[in-house]
Amino acid sequence: MAQDFSKFFEPGRVHRKLYTDPAIFDLEMERIFYSTWVYVGHESQIKNPGDYFATHMGRKPVVLVRDMDGTVRVIHNQCAHRGAMVVATEKGNAPEFTCCYHGWTYHLDGKLKAVPLNHGYPRDFDPSNPKTAMRRVPRVTSYRGFVFASGAADGPALEETLGHMTTSLDDLIDRAPDGEIEVAGGVFRHAYDGNWKVYFENLCDAAHPLFVHRSSIDAAQQQSDAVHSDGSGEIAIRQMRQNGAPYSFWESQVGIWTYPNGHSYLGDYHDDSKLVAALKDPVFRDYIAALEKKKGKAETKRILEVRRWNSNIYPNVSLMSQFQQLRVVQPVSVNRTVVTTYNFRLKGAPEQVFRNTISFANIVNGTGSLVLTDDLEIYNRIDMGLSSEGTEWLQVGRGYHSDVPDAHGGRRGVNSTSEVYIRNMLDAWLGYMNDSRREQARAAS
Amino acid sequence: MARKQKPKSKIAAPARRRVAEPRSRAVVQAADALDLHRCEQFLLHEARLLDDAQFDDWLALFTTDGWYWVPSEPNQSNPQDTVSLIYDDRRLLETRVRRLASPRIYSQEPRSRTSRIVANVTIEETGNKACTVRSKFLMIEYRREVQRLFAGTAFHHLVQADGGIRIAWKRVDLVNCDAPLDGIVVPL
Repeated sequence: MAQDFSKFFEPGRVHRKLYTDPAIFDLEMERIFYSTWVYVGHESQIKNPGDYFATHMGRKPVVLVRDMDGTVRVIHNQCAHRGAMVVATEKGNAPEFTCCYHGWTYHLDGKLKAVPLNHGYPRDFDPSNPKTAMRRVPRVTSYRGFVFASGAADGPALEETLGHMTTSLDDLIDRAPDGEIEVAGGVFRHAYDGNWKVYFENLCDAAHPLFVHRSSIDAAQQQSDAVHSDGSGEIAIRQMRQNGAPYSFWESQVGIWTYPNGHSYLGDYHDDSKLVAALKDPVFRDYIAALEKKKGKAETKRILEVRRWNSNIYPNVSLMSQFQQLRVVQPVSVNRTVVTTYNFRLKGAPEQVFRNTISFANIVNGTGSLVLTDDLEIYNRIDMGLSSEGTEWLQVGRGYHSDVPDAHGGRRGVNSTSEVYIRNMLDAWLGYMNDSRREQARAAS
Repeated sequence: MARKQKPKSKIAAPARRRVAEPRSRAVVQAADALDLHRCEQFLLHEARLLDDAQFDDWLALFTTDGWYWVPSEPNQSNPQDTVSLIYDDRRLLETRVRRLASPRIYSQEPRSRTSRIVANVTIEETGNKACTVRSKFLMIEYRREVQRLFAGTAFHHLVQADGGIRIAWKRVDLVNCDAPLDGIVVPL
């Protein structure tokens, strides 16, 4: 389909079809969720040879697996025989993968190992032919443990695509006194009826908390601190109160930065000592001491002065390095999305730091959270609204005339509530969607 | 029609479950004991308060240091080391209930209507003026043209205090706790 997607854009405006058209969604799955670098998992989820983790690249089921020689691989979770999904459990350890339909057995790198009753196949049946393998995703690269994969055999290297965003991944790892992090503490899997893009378009939105989260801000502000808490509710309530920072603060104090390929991060807005390690709450005192012991005072100071809220790596992963959270966006259909959220344990940090991470996760990413549930409601309402033809063009122009260049090749909002990060994602979207069009044209000629 | 033989075996199954020790039974015989009937009536009362959206009255059922927990994993051992769909200590539970009354709780605009069935009530452990009650529940939630079904096992640790029964803790294990779930706003 030779289609120029530029027609869906005007300065500061985008057409609603980007969020509602199933045909566009199908192309996004090929041109964005398979052809670019997408996050598939963290190496701590597959520590030992044979460890695997079943996940998705867009809608495609894939398996992240550590081969016997330690190599990290991503293979399609599909039997080469009749197409059945081979790995049915989300995680585990296996010496090989066997399809339960007719017993085709594969090495961990996807190559065919054995076929029962193989005398029954045609004479030209060749078990060493790549077409009889669980197909490998061509490019798999780990950036310091964060594994990304791309279905395109050629293209920019991962680090080139990540650009300045590697600093957000570094920030999360740097915060571990031992310099290592691991996925721990379970996951949330929350879902909504809406397009995957609206999730990303909310993560750096500094203008929404005072409206969307009004009910939880009010309820938290009115809460008496004299009432019993085991510490977890206290963290939740403090977080909700932080969302109630005044408009002037959200506009001028937070900061919004964007970078090539759709990436962005929002600055931090926390000034609560139980939430910000640098502010030396008693729980953080031991943590800071552990950091200083391993990294020295100067480096500890540098690490704790990095203050970012959501860092979004387009198209499918967002992390909060300060709070050790990571969200993976999985598009299910044009109007259905599942988001899986993970916690990281900072190795070498006191146990209470991780327990606070869990309390924080519950309020920020929890399916029953007093905060997130109002975000999910907005995503649903956006989808219901976009189904109308009343407004064809959506406004994403806030800050359009005031954004300024950033030192690392991106643009940032002078006003922190600028929608520059949405325009930046849409620029990347258009590049990916139209670039494939050119590729295809080239291949055809 | 196929004959439904299965329920028979299901009736036999609970025999494996640990029920009250003989010594505990003696405690139950005390005049103010939390017997099965009283516990069951209490759970029905709680379900009715929730269905009627009487959340302040529901909150009042908890002790002043009570907690309410909906794990994110089957057999989750504690709410400290693993995330939970809901884990409210008393302070956060109060905030949750206050938010439910807010006119600006958009995830409850329009409001949900719920219908709960509580059944299979058994007393798992009893002690002096306290017991842990296990029950099965079904909750249907209707909101904005969508009907959702929640099912699972609830554990209530009930204590006698202030002349009545109070919830010291409540744990709700959803059968689909680890599935992708849309937001949960009305307490289970």
